[in-house]
Parts: sequence; structure tokens; C-alpha cells
Amino acid sequence: MYPPAFEYRAVGSLDEALGALAEVGDDGRVLAGGQSLIPMMKLRLAAPGVLVDINAVEELHYIRESNGHLAIGALARHADVVDSDLVTATNHTMASAAPWVADPLVRNRGTLCGSVAHCDPEGDWNSVMLAVGASVVARSAGGEREIPIEEFLVDFFTNSLQPGEMVTEVRVPRYTGPSGGAYLKLERKIGDYATVGVATHLTLDDAGRVADAGLALTAVHSHNLKVTEAERMMLGEVAGPELFAEAAAIAARTCEPDGDIRGPVEYKRAVVAEYTKRAFATALAQARGAN
Amino acid sequence: MHIETTINGTVHAAEVEPRTLLVDFIRTDMGLTGTHIGCDTTSCGACTVLVDGTPMKSCTMFAVQADGHEITTVEGLKQGGELHPVQKAFKEHHGLQCGFCTSGMMLVGAALLEKDPTPDDDEVRWAISGNLCRCTGYMNIVAAIQAAGAEMNSSGS
Repeated sequence: MYPPAFEYRAVGSLDEALGALAEVGDDGRVLAGGQSLIPMMKLRLAAPGVLVDINAVEELHYIRESNGHLAIGALARHADVVDSDLVTATNHTMASAAPWVADPLVRNRGTLCGSVAHCDPEGDWNSVMLAVGASVVARSAGGEREIPIEEFLVDFFTNSLQPGEMVTEVRVPRYTGPSGGAYLKLERKIGDYATVGVATHLTLDDAGRVADAGLALTAVHSHNLKVTEAERMMLGEVAGPELFAEAAAIAARTCEPDGDIRGPVEYKRAVVAEYTKRAFATALAQARGAN
Repeated sequence: MHIETTINGTVHAAEVEPRTLLVDFIRTDMGLTGTHIGCDTTSCGACTVLVDGTPMKSCTMFAVQADGHEITTVEGLKQGGELHPVQKAFKEHHGLQCGFCTSGMMLVGAALLEKDPTPDDDEVRWAISGNLCRCTGYMNIVAAIQAAGAEMNSSGS
């Protein structure tokens, strides 16, 4: 399969990339890992006129701590996230999700920022980012803005980037107290899209009550779904199986899965509920272990 | 576009259209047909090559992106007329039947053994989890990769 013809520009620096994107506007797309973009082009679901290849922009290849958050640069591959001691030490939800993104070959090339920007409702990273309260740094030749992930993620394959902008970094806040989190993914085989994915995040206060809760779902809505009602309900409550069951019921009621080859609607709702309970139980055990 | 890419140790200069996929460049322009096209949708791993030593799917890269990089295909595993230990082990341990997935499996196996010469069952299975085989049931592929690791250790290569 061949994609439609396009103009190819390989750039060597971020400034060069931003210059090229400013010039071509809405017709330009950033090519980083390309593990979603290239298949979409081959299937003729995407037909950008210009691809700006940033694979040589080493300044975007990083995972680091900066100003109290974990910063993932646009060229950090999924495999870099899997291998990162900093991620393992910093964020349980990310560490738990990373090995379940795609398959090892795709993880060697695909990037976290690219997956976030792609906004595929069956992608794993945006659920993680919604649960942990991440933000996205968008740069253009005109400047930089930081967009909360809830505002960045608009809908089915749609983000809020403007023409000429690109994602340069995803920022994940550091834990502010004893915390934990998990990503549970049901898939038919490795590399398949999720049948259902559930991301949780939990921070406890000094009294052991919920100071912060995050819950987001993969593949059961037209976009990755933040279950805000459950998150708010949990605040200030005692963390435990009863609370998690309540959150699970809200999640199962809120999601809108389609029945398809991966399972009927009721099955997916049941998995959402069960995985929500399990993923919060893991988060709580981690948070208590950190006390 | 003009590119220069190293394939199996030899530098090749070529003119390619940007939309030419790396796998098609390797098979059609270079005539190296050991790299296979299976699903063509980034699912099966039959098109696996090593890019600067790291296994990737050549159906999901453009040939222009190989400019300045080193590509290893299955034809590059053999060194000095000798089969790579992974190739020998696939033969000895019956790690293939139809052979369609085999080039990808062997390249992933070789890349794994570079990092970890003594992988356990789970580590091998995890490493090859992006490569589909519809014949063998994977048992002999895992055994072959481990045997190759043992051979490489004992021969000190």
C-alpha cells in the first residue's frame, strides 16, 4: 500500500521544524514515530501535503524532571518510557501503562507525544494523561502555550492544536503526597488496540483520605474518557473497596462503548467496572506502601 | 529525493520518492526479498529490519527516513560465509515451518541477544511479541533464540 504523495522535509532543529510548520500551515504534519500516521496515510485516512520529519531533532529526545514535573519530549519513544528509571520512580500509572502500548517493535519507534497528539480513542496514553492531570506544551514560531490535557483532547482523532503548532512536550505533575496508580488493559493479543483500558491515580492526605483521584477510560467512548463524576465523589473519602466499587459503578454507567468484534456493550461495561476496582486497589496499595 | 543508506554494511546511494516505504525500497530497489510484507498495517512484524541495531517495522517507515542510517536485513545476519548463531539455531531447533515470519523473528532474536545473551522464556516471548507466527506455536522459536544465546556465550562472540 502506498500513501498519497507528499512533500518531505527533514529538519535538524526545533526552530527549523517550527519554521517549516509556520510556512505550510494546516497542510503540514509532524512526522515523529509515524506508527499511527503512516498506517493512516497508507489507508488514505490521512493525506497531509507536507511531512516535517523531526527524528533528527535530538533536543526533543528526553525524559527529565523539570520545575516539579516530569517532562517527556516529543522524540521520547515508548521504549524510552518503558526503560526510564525516572518514570518508574515518579509515576506509577505511566510505568504500568508503558509496556502495554502497542508491541515491542512499534514501541522502538513510536513516541508518547505523538500518541497523545493523535487522539485515537483506543490509544492508551491519553487515558493515563487524563488520570494523572498532565498538560501538553504546544510550540509554534509565534510562541509556546501549555494546554491542560482535557482541553487538548477535543474528540475522536481531534486535538486543539492550531495550524503551525506542534506538541514539543507532555508534562506530568509530581505526586504531592503518598500516591499510586495503575493502567489495566484488556487486549486480545499483544499489539491489538484495547478492548477496554482503565487508568487510575490516587493521592492520600495525612489522614489517609483521598486528596486527589484520577480515573480515565480507553476504547469505550468517542475519545479517552475522564470520569470526572467519580473523581469528585472520591475526594475527602476514605479509600477502600467500598469507595472503589462506587467509582466503578459511575465509570460503567458513564462510558458509552460500542459492541464490536472485541465484545458486546454489557461485557465492556463489566470490564470497566472490574478494572476500575482493581486499578484503584493497586493504586491504594502503592500509596500506603509509600507512607 | 537523494538518500544514502547503509544496508548490511554497504553504502547505497539512491533516488527515492518520499512516499516509498522502506520495505519496498529494500525488496524492489535493493532486490533483498528476505524482508517480507505480511499485513502491511503495522501488525505482523514480517517486515522487521534493524535500524541502527534496533528492530523496527519497515512497512511503517519511509525509505527517505533511512538516509544516514544503518539498516540490517536478514541477508546481513550471515558474516564471512558463516550463518549467524541465530540462523543455525533456527535450523537445528526447527524454529520455522513456512518461513514467512522467520526473517523478522531472527532479527528480533539477534537484537535481543545483543542486549541479553541469556534471556529466559518470558523475556524471549516478550521480545518477539510484535512478530506473528501462524505455524510453529512459538515453542521452537523461543528454544532456538535461547540456544543461539548459549552458543554465542560459549564461543565468546
